[in-house]
Parts: sequence; C-alpha cells; structure tokens
Amino acid sequence: MKRSLTLAMLLALGLAPAARAANEADYKAAFAAAEAASKEAAGLRNQWTVTVSTLAAARKAADGGDFDRATAAAKEAEALAKASIFQAASEKEVWKAMEIR
Amino acid sequence: MKTRLSFLLGSLSAALVAFALTSPRVVAADKVDPVADAKAFRNYFFQKFPDVKHEDFVNGPYSMNADMKRQWLEKEEFPPYEFALDAGKEMFSTPFKNGKTYADCFPNGGIGIRQNYPYFDGKEGKVVTLELALNRCREANGEQPYSYVKDEMASLTAYMAFTSRGKPMDIKIPDDPRALEAFENGKRYFYTRRGQLNFSCASCHVQSPGERIRAEILAPALGILNAMPIYRSEWSGMGTISRRFITCNSQTRAVPLEPQSDEYRDVEYFLSYVANGLPIAGPGARP
Repeated sequence: MKRSLTLAMLLALGLAPAARAANEADYKAAFAAAEAASKEAAGLRNQWTVTVSTLAAARKAADGGDFDRATAAAKEAEALAKASIFQAASEKEVWKAMEIR
Repeated sequence: MKTRLSFLLGSLSAALVAFALTSPRVVAADKVDPVADAKAFRNYFFQKFPDVKHEDFVNGPYSMNADMKRQWLEKEEFPPYEFALDAGKEMFSTPFKNGKTYADCFPNGGIGIRQNYPYFDGKEGKVVTLELALNRCREANGEQPYSYVKDEMASLTAYMAFTSRGKPMDIKIPDDPRALEAFENGKRYFYTRRGQLNFSCASCHVQSPGERIRAEILAPALGILNAMPIYRSEWSGMGTISRRFITCNSQTRAVPLEPQSDEYRDVEYFLSYVANGLPIAGPGARP
C-alpha cells in the first residue's frame, strides 16, 4: 500500500508540468494570438475597451521585462477578444428577442 | 387499426392548423414595417408610464421623477446651455470666407427645420444627420469641418434646434428599400448587446427607464433625441448626438465607432422616426 502510494506520488509529480517563469517566446506567442483575436473583433465592429487596455498592459509589462505578467495579460486579452467575437456572432439573431413588438 | 389511423390524421391536422396559425406571424416579424414598429414602440412607453404626458417623454429623466423635474424647471430660468445657444446663433449668421452662410445650405434658411433631421438621401443612398449636413455645408464652402463631439457643433445644432422648439418630429422613410434597410439597421443596432457589460441601448432605455444607474435616472428611449444637443452637468459642457452615442458605447465597455459612421446615422434615423409627433425640445439640460 505504502509502496503504491509513493509510486503514485512520483508518477503525479513526473506528469505535472514543471512551473516555470514565462519567457519572451511565450509572451510573443500569447500576444500574437491575442492580437489576431482582437483584430477579428475590431473587424466585426465589436471591440471591447478592456481588450484594448489589456493588450496595452501586456505590451507594457513585456517592455519592462516582466514576461510572466505580460503573458498572463496577453492570454486574458485573447479571452476577452474571443468573448466579444462570440457576442457579435450570437447577437446576429438574439437581438430580436429584445425588440418591442 | 382504424382508431390509430384516425388519431394519426387528427394529430396531422392539428399540426397543420398550428403551422398555419404561426407561420404568418413569422413572416410579419421579418418584414420591415416602420409604421408598425413606431406604433409598438410608442405604445410600450405609453403603457409602461400611463401618468406621463406623451409630449413629456422628450424631457428624459425629468419625465420619470417629479423631484428632478422641479429642479430642472427652476434651472430652466437660467439654462446652462444659454451660452452655447448665443454662440450658435452668432456662428450661424457669420458668413464663411466666401461670403455665404449656413442658411445657404439648408431649406428655409436653416430656421425651424431640426424636426426633419435625419433624412434619407436618395442620391447618396444613406441617412444624413443634421451634424453631417452642417459639416458638409462647411466643406462645400471651403471651411474645415468641426469635430462632431466638441462645442462648436453642439452650439450650431443647439441654435438650430431652438428655432424648431415645439415642432413635432417629422422623419420620413421614403419608398426606397435602402431607406428601409437603414431603418432596420438602426433598429438592430439599438437592440444589439455590446461591450463587456453586454448591454444594448435598450437594456437601459427600454427595460429600465426611470430606474437608477448609480446616481443617474435613466431616460426613456422614446423622444430621447428630441432634446439634443444637451448640456450635461456630468460633462460640464454641451454634447452632440454623436457624443451621446460614443459615451453610451464607452460606458458599456465597447469601443465606440467613429462619429457619423453608418451605424450611428442609422440608429439616429430609427430613434428619430419612432419619436415622430413628439415635440423638439432642444437644446436640453441633463444631470
């Protein structure tokens, strides 16, 4: 029992990704994805102010060399942009539910 | 077997009857019918606020709250938009460098015509607002256009609105599919949720007029443009219709569109048309 518990713990530790600080490459990848989603939202004329400000915060953190914060902000900006894209798509039909008839 | 067959036939006929009854409604709902839309729009507000006089809806939050209305009436003795009104009058009558004036660009010399704006321009195939027409007038006479959100435009439209005070809004939708499309696009814009807060114009101005949002009382959508431009204490200055739309968008955390974009022109067309018959009350004052 004891041995299997130890084995299981070792296995779990081995499988768990090692927590490491984000580097510039991580940031660049996250920022590129966020920027692409943001451009798509702007093209739909449904950009959110928070997407723009979070992207700017990511850029500022990267300029200061804080790639952990920059990557996290870029990922958040991507999520916000994707939410605004979803909103634009769903509102194409859903707006009618609010109409006074 | 016979019972089963008759049950099946009965269900089929019931389904057909149900389909026949519901399908015309679907078709009707998809047809662009500004007259029916305006009637439904007005009735919604008249029924929701049976004690508000119809012509009072143009006074926005003051029509919803007696205390605010009393304060506003007192303020109207020395209205905060008075300076803008005087400036607008002077600007309106001052000739451009080529000697012409705004009066040369508008029917009836620009006096008492606010209630006819925006209109659908058949040549351009788009809605033309008063703010847009004023800047086109400037450019046609060799002048630089004004910012759509700053004081000069607000002063000019304040003066023009003042010359139309009391006249009923009178927006026409010509028999042109592009005009109907503009109306429909404006309606869609009005009801579409946007921004991180997931608000549409209707979330505040249809579902919640009279309710408080923080310290403000929300104005009803009916007649909301009749008092434009407005002096807003919150802005410490005058604001145009363009400024109002841009601010509303920002407040829902949506990036505003460019002033006089097609969407803003169309939503102005929609909101003005459904307010037909209600008096022009601009310039107005709001908290």
